[in-house]
Amino acid sequence: MIRFSHVHKSFARTGAALQDVSFQLNKGEFVFITGPSGAGKSTILKLCFFEEMPSKGEVKVYGTSSATYRPGDVPKLRRRLGVVFQDFRLLEDRNVESNIAFALEVTGTPPAQIGPRVARLLAQVGLAAKATSLPRELSGGEQQRVAIARALANDPVALIADEPTGNLDERATRGIYQLFRDINASGTAVLMATHDLDLVRRSGCRTIEVNRGQVVFDSAADGGFRASGASAAVEDDA
Amino acid sequence: MRLAVREALLAFRRAPMLSALSITTIAFSLFAFGLFGLVALNIRNALRTVEDRVEIRAFIADGTGSEATAAALGDIGAFPEAASVRLVSQAQALDRARLELGEFSDVFEEGILPASIELRLKPGFRDPATVRAVAKRIEVYDFVDDIRFGEEWVEKLHRLRNIATLAGVALGLTFATVAIIIIGSTIRMAVMARSREISIMRLVGATNGFIRAPFLIEGFLKGTLGGVLALVLAWVALGIINRFVVQAAFFDPWMGAVGVLAGACIGLAGSALSVGRHLQKV
Repeated sequence: MIRFSHVHKSFARTGAALQDVSFQLNKGEFVFITGPSGAGKSTILKLCFFEEMPSKGEVKVYGTSSATYRPGDVPKLRRRLGVVFQDFRLLEDRNVESNIAFALEVTGTPPAQIGPRVARLLAQVGLAAKATSLPRELSGGEQQRVAIARALANDPVALIADEPTGNLDERATRGIYQLFRDINASGTAVLMATHDLDLVRRSGCRTIEVNRGQVVFDSAADGGFRASGASAAVEDDA
Repeated sequence: MRLAVREALLAFRRAPMLSALSITTIAFSLFAFGLFGLVALNIRNALRTVEDRVEIRAFIADGTGSEATAAALGDIGAFPEAASVRLVSQAQALDRARLELGEFSDVFEEGILPASIELRLKPGFRDPATVRAVAKRIEVYDFVDDIRFGEEWVEKLHRLRNIATLAGVALGLTFATVAIIIIGSTIRMAVMARSREISIMRLVGATNGFIRAPFLIEGFLKGTLGGVLALVLAWVALGIINRFVVQAAFFDPWMGAVGVLAGACIGLAGSALSVGRHLQKV
């Protein structure tokens, strides 16, 4: 579903960010990307939703290739992915339901379908009672739930999450992580960058470790961790 | 489209101060340009009034028969440059002199002033070279004693007109450029204030056209409102000038409409450029 083939990425100012990165995220998989700050985790995620393009190699996301894409393909690709960030990236002047409805409006969802869909998403992330709250009235964990609901709005095939628990306390982290597991259990693939090694170890999910722009460990390839996926998530939940 | 209009209108409500600042900046930029326009318009009107007085006067020798002058009047009236031509008899010339120079009226005796043919020229034929050429064509008539057209005055007027046109174009372009830069910067500021919103829109899969639409509508509305406000300010300023300084003319309705439309176009173009640049960045 997402495939990196010998991807290199260089920035004019900072030089090489990724070198010869290859991996594949399969349908329904839950994969962690770990590594120290500046290792290249965020760059990998940005390449997934074509915010950055590889300097060399190919990124292929759900049939769209970085080598052959047209600018018009990018919005279509992003509608198939949900993206979640550490800083939530909510619109501060809109309430919770408007933040989620926004994602549906921009993708041309018929107005009659937006209200019921937003209500379902809020129920899914456990925020049905906060629909009219403004982001600043919510805790960090709740704001991240809103961001996740927004990311799920267009029924993505995969969720891309960049340190989604980085700004949260331990309890909120557990809640958010569980939410990702639930989402994954329903068939949506998850690619999550994190520093939280405890979380990674406890999950038993596939882990890709990045260091200095290179993949130094992939549990699926090296057999270091149990190969994971939706089934693993379901097992852990149980 | 409905969503784009709603988003554009919501932008006014969400950031009323910034919107008011944008509209006011656009209004004052266009107002400055409009004031210059008013000055240029009134100078042009004044010059046109003076130009209307450009005429060639051919003095007729005593004893010239009326048939000859009538035939000449017909010929001269058929010149392509001629706007009007008329014969001023000796008696009429005397009456006019007495009227214009009232305190010297008793100086003028009957028959002292010659009859003349007075030719006024159409607009576009009032430059010194044309006036001189037409005067030469009239001079060939035998009965013409002397011909006057205030050569020096016509040349000065022509020079003044050229200077006014050049200054008008240069100042107009300068004012327009400054207005466009100020308005462009203001709109750019408004777009940058919403960069987070733009980046989120892109993130969730909005197309560039979809992102651009509300900003273009917003820019168009701000430009139009700024243009209307500038027109109102100019009208108020003219009222003050008319009352305390000098009677001056205001823009024709179509000129006013062009001014408002210019505001709308600058708002639209400013938004298009700012969002376009922004979309390349985020």
